[in-house]
Amino acid sequence: MPAVSKGDGMRGLAVFISDIRNCKSKEAEIKRINKELANIRSKFKGDKALDGYSKKKYVCKLLFIFLLGHDIDFGHMEAVNLLSSNRYTEKQIGYLFISVLVNSNSELIRLINNAIKNDLASRNPTFMGLALHCIANVGSREMAEAFAGEIPKILVAGDTMDSVKQSAALCLLRLYRTSPDLVPMGDWTSRVVHLLNDQHLGVVTAATSLITTLAQKNPEEFKTSVSLAVSRLSRIVTSASTDLQDYTYYFVPAPWLSVKLLRLLQCYPPPEDPAVRGRLTECLETILNKAQEPPKSKKVQHSNAKNAVLFEAISLIIHHDSEPNLLVRACNQLGQFLQHRETNLRYLALESMCTLASSEFSHEAVKTHIETVINALKTERDVSVRQRAVDLLYAMCDRSNAQQIVAEMLNYLETADYSIREEIVLKVAILAEKYAVDYTWYVDTILNLIRIAGDYVSEEVWYRVIQIVINRDDVQGYAAKTVFEALQAPACHENLVKVGGYILGEFGNLIAGDPRSSPLIQFNLLHSKFHLCSVPTRALLLSTYIKFVNLFPEIKTTIQDVLRSDSQLKNADVELQQRAVEYLRLSTIASTDILATVLEEMPPFPERESSILAKLKKKKGPGTVTDLEEIKKERSSDMNGSAEPASVNASAVSTPSPSADLLGLGAAPLTNSAPPPSSSGSLLVDVFSDSASAVAPLAPGSDDNFASPDLASSEVVSEEPADTVHDADELFHKFVCKNNGVLFENQLLQIGLKSEFRQNLGRMFIFYGNKTSTQFLNFTPTVICSDDLQPSLNLQTKPVDPTVDGGAQVQQVVNIECVSDFMEAPILNIQFSPKQEVQNIFKAKHPMDAEITKAKIIGFGSALLEEVDPNPANFVGAGIIHTKTTQIGCLLRLEPNLQAQMYRLTLRTSKEAVSQRLCELLSEQF
Amino acid sequence: MIHFILLFSRQGKLRLQKWYTTLPDKEKKKIVREIVQIVLARHQKTSSFVDWKDLKLVYKRYASLYFCCAIEDQDNELLTLEVVHRYVELLDRYFGNVCELDIIFNFEKAYFILDEFIIGGEVQDTSKRSAVKAIEDSDMLQETVEEYMNKPAF
Repeated sequence: MPAVSKGDGMRGLAVFISDIRNCKSKEAEIKRINKELANIRSKFKGDKALDGYSKKKYVCKLLFIFLLGHDIDFGHMEAVNLLSSNRYTEKQIGYLFISVLVNSNSELIRLINNAIKNDLASRNPTFMGLALHCIANVGSREMAEAFAGEIPKILVAGDTMDSVKQSAALCLLRLYRTSPDLVPMGDWTSRVVHLLNDQHLGVVTAATSLITTLAQKNPEEFKTSVSLAVSRLSRIVTSASTDLQDYTYYFVPAPWLSVKLLRLLQCYPPPEDPAVRGRLTECLETILNKAQEPPKSKKVQHSNAKNAVLFEAISLIIHHDSEPNLLVRACNQLGQFLQHRETNLRYLALESMCTLASSEFSHEAVKTHIETVINALKTERDVSVRQRAVDLLYAMCDRSNAQQIVAEMLNYLETADYSIREEIVLKVAILAEKYAVDYTWYVDTILNLIRIAGDYVSEEVWYRVIQIVINRDDVQGYAAKTVFEALQAPACHENLVKVGGYILGEFGNLIAGDPRSSPLIQFNLLHSKFHLCSVPTRALLLSTYIKFVNLFPEIKTTIQDVLRSDSQLKNADVELQQRAVEYLRLSTIASTDILATVLEEMPPFPERESSILAKLKKKKGPGTVTDLEEIKKERSSDMNGSAEPASVNASAVSTPSPSADLLGLGAAPLTNSAPPPSSSGSLLVDVFSDSASAVAPLAPGSDDNFASPDLASSEVVSEEPADTVHDADELFHKFVCKNNGVLFENQLLQIGLKSEFRQNLGRMFIFYGNKTSTQFLNFTPTVICSDDLQPSLNLQTKPVDPTVDGGAQVQQVVNIECVSDFMEAPILNIQFSPKQEVQNIFKAKHPMDAEITKAKIIGFGSALLEEVDPNPANFVGAGIIHTKTTQIGCLLRLEPNLQAQMYRLTLRTSKEAVSQRLCELLSEQF
Repeated sequence: MIHFILLFSRQGKLRLQKWYTTLPDKEKKKIVREIVQIVLARHQKTSSFVDWKDLKLVYKRYASLYFCCAIEDQDNELLTLEVVHRYVELLDRYFGNVCELDIIFNFEKAYFILDEFIIGGEVQDTSKRSAVKAIEDSDMLQETVEEYMNKPAF
C-alpha cells in the first residue's frame, strides 16, 4: 500500500489498483476489470444518488481501466457532472477524465463547454486554470470555436492572475496550432508582445512560446518582439547565477526562457537597429564565453542546461549567417564537442555542424574536422550518432573532398545498420554525380554501390546512372566495358543486370571489337542471368536482345531462336509474352533500315533535378536537404546542372515522359510504337481476335463490273465459309490506280501485292504474312478463274510452302496473260489451319440459353472468363488438363448466333490432338 | 513542442501517457508499442536521442522507469532532458522520494502535476514552487490514517 496520500485519498481506488496488480494472468485481470465495470455501472444506474466522493472515485477507476488499454463506453455523463462540483478535487478528476477520453458526442461537448465557460467566468484562479488546461488538452475545433475569442481577453486583462495568464497563453497557442483560422488577430497581439517585459518570468516563458509560433506566421505583426526579446535575453545572460532565484536551474539562469527567446529571434533576420544588434552580439559572445568557463557544478543538469542555451545560441548564429567571427567561434566550440566524452554532446555537435557546413563563412572551418567525423562513423557505438556523422559528411562534401568522403561512405555501407542503408546509398549516388570530375569514377562508384548494397539501390539510382551514361558520350565505352566486367561475377545483383542489360543494349557495340566481349559473348553473358531475374528485369533484357539484333546482325538468328522458344512466346506473363512476340516479329519483317530507326540509340534525357535528390528529400522531409542543396548550388557550378539541350529527336522507341518512369519500364512495353500493332488486351482476346469479326455478314463477291485487262481481282475467303473479309472490296479498289499495296489484312494474316505489267503480260507477287506467333499449317492459296473468265485470262501460279511460321512471310508468284478483255476478277482462295486450333460450326442442339451454356462450360471443368471477349454474347473459357507427364493449357471460345441457331466453337490447346478431341466432345453439348 | 510524453517500466509496462496532439486511440496504442520497443532495445551509454519518423525521441531512465518525450526537429534536445528531470523533481517534491509505485497508485496526481508544468506541449513554468503550489493548495485538507481507513475499500 502506498503511503497515505495527502488530500482526499481514494481508498477504494487504491484497493482496486492493488487487486489488478495482484492478478496472476491477463485473464484474471480482465475478469477483475469486468467485475469492477459491472459494479460501477450498477452504481451509476442505481436509484440512490451518488455523493461527489463516490462519483469521483468511480470516474477515476474508469480512467484507470481506460489507461490500462481497455475501452470505456460509459461514465462520461458522471464526469461532466463532476465539472460543476464546487470541490476542487472532484472538478479536477472530472476534467482529467474529459481530457483523456474526449468524446465527439455533440450533446456532451455542449455540456462540457458550458462548464468550462462557468469556470472561466468564476474568477477563481484554480478553477480557471483547470478549465484552460482542459481546452488545451482537448484542443478540438468545437472548443476553438467556443473559446478562441475569449482566451485572448483573459490573457491581456490587467487583473488576470499570473498563473492564469500563463495557462491562457499556452492554451491559445494550442488552439492556434489546431485551428489558426479561428484565432482572430487583433488589438491583443501588441499587448501580448509586451508580456515579454512582464515581471513574472513564468508569464514571460509561456508568452514567448505563443509569440514565437504567432511570429512564424505573421512576422510583420510581431516585429517589435525582437528588441524586447534581445533586452530580456541580455538581462538573463548577464545576471548572476542566483539573481533569478527559482528560475535559476542548477546555476544556469532561466535556461528555458533563454532558449525560447533565442528561438523567437530565429524567426527574424539579424536586427536592423545597430544598438539592438550590438546587444545581441554581446549576448551571443557571452554565451560562447561561458562555455569556456569551468563548470559551476559537476551535475549533468548543470551542463545540460548550459549547453542547451549554447546550442540554441549557435543555431541563432547559423540562422543569421552574418557574423563570420561568431560562426567560426561556433564551429570551434562544436569541434570541441565532437571529441567530448558525453555521447549526447557528440551527437548534437555533429547535428549542429551540418547546418554550419552550409554557411559560406564556416564551410571551410567545418571541413577541417573531416577526420574526426570519419572516425565517428567508424567507432561510434550508437547508430543515432553514426547517422549524424553520415549527414555531416554529406553536408561538408565538396569537390575537394568528394572522393575521400564517397570512399568512406562506401566503406561504411558494408557494415552500416540496415535502417540507414538506403539513405546512405542515395547520398553516395548524389555526391558521386554532383562532384564527378571524370565520369568513370562516377560509373565505378555506382556499380560499387550496387555490389555492396544492391538491395538498397532504389530505381531512382540506377535510372540515374543510365541517364547520365546516355547523356555523356565520353563515358559510354567505359561504362559498357565496366558493366561487362562486373557481370562476369557468378552472383551479381539483379540491379546490376538491369544496368548492364540497358547499357550493353545501347552501347555494347563500343566493346564488341574486343574478341573477349564479342556480340555473342555479350549476349550469352546477359542471357545466362535471364532465368534468375524477375519479370521486369527479363522484360528489360528482351528489349536489350532486340537492340542487339540491330547492333549485331550476325547474332540475329541466335536471338530469334531465343525469342521463339516456348518459354518466351508462351510465357505465362503477358508482358514478357507480348515483348517476345513483338520483338520476334519486328526482327523478322523489319528491314535493316527500319530496325536501325526503331532501335536507334536513346536520345539524351532532358536535364532535370535528379530524381534521387527528390527521393532523399522525401525521406528526410523538406527543409534539411533543400537548404543544403540550394547553397551548394551557388557555391559550386554544378557539372550536370548545365542542361544539355533536350533532344527533339524522338526515335520510334518510346521517348520517356518526363515523369517518374524514366526508362519506360513500367506497364507500357518499351516498343509501344514499334510496327506490330500490339493489342494490349488480354491474352485470350489476342489469341482469338481473328474470329471476332466473324459476325459480320458474308462479303459480297466482286460484283462490280470491272474491266481492266491487266488486273486480277481478288477476294479472300478463309477456310471458313462464314469467315469473311468485309473490307476487301475497299482495298480492292486501291489497285485501280496503283500496283503495290496491301490487299487485305486482319488479325491473322496480311496479304500484300506487288505487280508489274508489260503489254498483255503481267507478273504479280502476292505476299502472305502470318501475323500470329504460331505456324499456319496446310497453307494453300489458290487463284481461281471462273469458267466465264478462263478464256479471257490465263493465270499460272506456283505453289507455296504449306507451313508459314509465326511472324513469317511467304511469297507467291502469279504469271498473268490477258487473252481478251474481261469483267469479272479472279478469286483468291486461301486455306490454312492455325496450328493447335480447331474450330467447328454446328447447329444448336439445345435451346440457346446463356445461363445453361455457362453452367455447361464450368461443368466441363474450365474457368469461365467474363468480359474478355469484345462481344459480350460470346463465352470464353480456360483451363488446364493435368496428366502425369504434362500439363495442357486449353482455351475455348463459343460464339452463338441466335438468328441462325448456330454455334461456332474454337478450341486451342498446346496439343493439336487434344484440341481436336475437346472440340468433338463439346460440339455435342450445346 | 513536445508531441507526447510516455512513462514506462523496464518491463515495457506503460505507466503514464500524455498526448499533446490529437490522435485516434488505435494509433496511440501502436505508437506506444513501437516506442517502448525502440527505447528498451537501446544499449546503455548510447545517446539519449533517437530519430523517429519526423520527430526525435529524447529519453532518460530513472531507476526502473523510462521517461520519453517526442519533440520536433527544431526543439532543444538537451533542454528536453531537463524537462524530464524537472518533472521528476516535481514528482519527488510532491510524493517525497518518488518511486514507480507512487505513480501507479496516484496516477491522477502525476497527471495533475504534469498539467501544471506543461500545457499543449510547451513548458508553462519552470519554477518548482509555482508548479507544485497549485497541487498542494488542493491538498490542504490533510487526512489522518484513521479517516482514510474508514473510507469504503471498493
